[in-house]
Formats: sequence, C-alpha cells, structure tokens
Amino acid sequence: MAPDHTRLPARRTGLADPSSIPGWGVDAETRNDPTWPMRDRADSPGADWPHPVPQQGGAEVLQSVEYKARPAVYGLGPQPRGLSGAMRRAAFRFSESNWWHWLLLLGADRVDMVEGIGSDLATGRVPNLPAETGMAAAWKHDARGQVLKWGAIAAGIAVVVMARNRRRRA
Amino acid sequence: MDAMDYRGPNRVRVARKPVPTIQHPQDAIVRVTRSCICGSDIHLYHGLVPDTRVGSTFGHEFCGVVEEVGAEVENLKPGDHVIVPFNIACGQCHFCQQGLFGNCHESNPMATAVGGIFGYSHTAGGHQGGQAQYARVPYADVGPVKIPDWMDLDDAVLLTDVVPTGYQAAEMAGIQKGDTVVIFGAGPIGIMAARSAWLFGAGRVIVVDHLDYRLEFVARFGPAEVYNFKEIDDMAVFMKRQTDGLGADVCIDAVGCEATGSALHTLLGIHLKLESGSALALHWAINSVKKGGVVSIVGVYGPTGNMIPVGNIVNKGLTIRANQASVKRHLPRLIEHVREGRIRPRELITHRFELRDISDAYRIFAGRLDNIIKPVLLPNG
Repeated sequence: MAPDHTRLPARRTGLADPSSIPGWGVDAETRNDPTWPMRDRADSPGADWPHPVPQQGGAEVLQSVEYKARPAVYGLGPQPRGLSGAMRRAAFRFSESNWWHWLLLLGADRVDMVEGIGSDLATGRVPNLPAETGMAAAWKHDARGQVLKWGAIAAGIAVVVMARNRRRRA
Repeated sequence: MDAMDYRGPNRVRVARKPVPTIQHPQDAIVRVTRSCICGSDIHLYHGLVPDTRVGSTFGHEFCGVVEEVGAEVENLKPGDHVIVPFNIACGQCHFCQQGLFGNCHESNPMATAVGGIFGYSHTAGGHQGGQAQYARVPYADVGPVKIPDWMDLDDAVLLTDVVPTGYQAAEMAGIQKGDTVVIFGAGPIGIMAARSAWLFGAGRVIVVDHLDYRLEFVARFGPAEVYNFKEIDDMAVFMKRQTDGLGADVCIDAVGCEATGSALHTLLGIHLKLESGSALALHWAINSVKKGGVVSIVGVYGPTGNMIPVGNIVNKGLTIRANQASVKRHLPRLIEHVREGRIRPRELITHRFELRDISDAYRIFAGRLDNIIKPVLLPNG
C-alpha cells in the first residue's frame, strides 16, 4: 500500500533560537565551504522566489510527491498509456526515496515497449527491428563481434535443444 | 517534422512528429542546426533510466536558430542562433539564484532530485529533445546564449554539455597548482576534463580507459598520461605506485553507470538491474585517491543505489563533489577559452550523421565502433 504523505508526526520540541545558544557561530569560517562556487548562499532567495506563471494545457503530469507546489513548466513527451501508464501512476504514489517508485517505473518502461509494438501493429506497421537496432552498421563496423555474438546465441540455443531432446529420449 | 523516436532498449528510428508550439510565455521554438548524441544518451538507449517512455525524442546537446518566441521573452528574437544549455533553468528559484542551473526547481514536476533536461526521460521532466528538426525551449531568456559571429557551429554545439561538464568536473575537484589528477574515462567528457585540469593548474594528468584509440586521442588532446585498465591487475595498487604510494590528489569519475571491467558489477547492475548500473569507475576513484583527497563525479548514474566502498570514503576523509554541469554559469568563461584557443572542442567530432541514419548512429556510438569519439547530427541537413 502506498504511504500516506499527508500524515506527519507531531513536533516534539520547540524551534531553538540560535542566538540563545552559547558560542553559536564563533568558529564559522566562510572559506571552509566545499560547495564554492557551486552555491552562493549570499544570493539565496529562500523558498519564496517569484514563481513563473504556470504552463497551461491538458497534459497528464505525474508529479513527485516531494514537491510542495508544481514546477511551472513541464515537457510534453509521451503521455501515460495502457498498463504501463497505470504502473507509472502507481509509481508516483511513492517518493523518489522509495525503491518501489523506480522499480515500478522500470517495469512500466518494459511494458511500454511491448505496448509500442502493439500500437505499431494496430496501425498496420510492422516494426523493422534490424533497421531500428542499427544491425547494418553493426555488421559493417564489427562483423567479427556480430559473428561471435550470434554464434554464441546459436550455440546456446543448440545446447538447450539437445538437452531437451536427450531428456525426452531418456 | 522528422525526429528521433525511441521504441525500447536498443531500438530507435525516425518518425514524423508535430512541430512543437509555444506552451508557456517564456518559451522559444528553435530550428535545430546541430545536435549531438551524448554518452549519457546511451544509458537511455539501453533502457537504464526509469520512465523513459516509448515515443520519446532524445537529445540534450543542440544549438539552433530561434523561430518563434513567447510573449514574455525579451532577450531573444527570431533569427538568433543560440547555444541551448542541456539543463532547463528558470533563473529565479532557490537553486538557480545560487548558480545551480542544473538543479532548477521549476522545470521538472516528475522528480525533485534533478532539474529539467531536454530529451532525458520523464524523470528529467518529459521535455522532448533536440535530435529533431525543431525543439521547444522553455525559459528562453535564461538558458540560451547567442553564438558569437566568430564561433564555429561545431564548437558551439559542444558548449551545450561536453565542454562545461568536463570543465566543471575539474572545477569541483578543487585542483590546486601541481596536483596529480586521475580521470577515469576517455570519452568526450573525460577528454574535456583532462584539458580543463590543466587550466586549473594540475601538475600531472592521468587518464584511464580500455579503448586504445580514445587513449591515443586524449594523450595528444589533453595532453595526458594514459593507461589501459585491461593491462592493470589492481587499479588502487597501480595508482598508488604512480603517486609515491599516497594516491592521487584528485580523481574524476567521467564514466558513470555503464563502466566495463567488472563481471560482478555488470551482472548486478547492467543485466539484473539490482544496482543502478555498474559503478566500477567510482569504486576505483574512491580507492585510488589519497587520504583527504577529492573525488569529483560527473558520470551519470540512475536514481537507485550502487555498490561503492562508503567505508573508505569515511576512513580516508574524502570530499565527494558531484553535480550536473551548471552550463549557463560556465558559458562566458568557456566562450573566452574557445576564442583564445585554449580549448578546441570541435576536434572531438569524428562522425556526422543525417537524422535518417539515427539507428546506425546510436548503434555505432553505443558499440564504440569505427573509432568513434563524438557524433554530430544534422537534423536539417
């Protein structure tokens, strides 16, 4: 079951006032900053920057549960569809810190691949797998590697077939 | 328009897609004049990045001519020829305001850990990429930079990612004059990191890879001492022997999640997906750097976990620095370096492809065939 991200534990102590802590900041050293120059704390606007106007449109945007507010722009890449889409929606119920989020997305990607072949066939297009995988280029520039690869695959299949036949005879 | 079309692991083709339109008042539409395939695109091509949807168009390294701008765009106009940084940045958020343009909080609803990136899965915002005749460029006033008249387009397109990422690898390493810098990976990023290490004052630059033709290239271009790891039994021992027994001052991981050289990592990470690819280069970097040293990571990894020796990071007191390159922050300085001839990016380009040959281009680059270093696409001929 996906976690309930609205449920938060009660704060057990009050917020501390740093100036009330003896010695606060006496050893602060601005040169000891391994984030320089990646991060300039002097210019930090905190969490209240003037947000850009939000992008409009009817696209389905699966949003990370870690965001407080939706980022203003997003891409219009392929929308979630079919079973893979359902898996993606389920994935976004988990945070980016949760392995289920990523495992569901990786699983959805594999299902999407099969759905892609299905949608090609449904529109009368048979995927040209040799062309899409750049097979001609591989043979042109790496014939030896291709012979070895396909030879190993053929040998593997032969071994499995022979083993099955032997078992049947026995 | 014609655009690259991802169909699943190891399968890409060209498809007819609608020309992108303005979706936001800060958008621009760019006609792509040069686009590259990046080593990190190969992670997508191999299906290693979660939420890479069938029908996506890859491509985060491109430059082009502005065709149309949104109502709020003030700095660009149709006809401007621009370098488009690979990261999409609003310029206003908490992170952009600190120069962290690779970590924008307003460009990727799908994940908080990374800002929007063109053509790099829905995990990076679902933005369609530049391996197409046209691309939509959000926040057009923030990222894109006009290409100077004197600049070659081949140099310009490599300023979108390759050069700044290699440069930032060296910057994050905190190189001090005379430091020994070891770079794992002699791909385009590793080559640029080697060149950049000298700009920061390195005293010695060593590059490790297993492809001799790339080692020969970086030996000349860097320049750098080069070693083929297939000839090395134990990387940590070898590097310590090269550095008076102490280890390198700095190690840079310019490989990322598809490192070869370890059957265990390949099985667990590449085939079984039980870790986020193979992190062998990072493993070597941690164990080859000296105590108190710096490991700088620009190699791309997936969002899940990797097996690396964390205990050694603690016990050796290492500083680990990593990020997506903040391209916009680096561009003024890098344009100056190109103008002064300190960096000659276009020398990396070994192959040019028409968009219709995209399947072959990916296969050749993914297989490191035909001595390829950097392929450039010409989407509009």
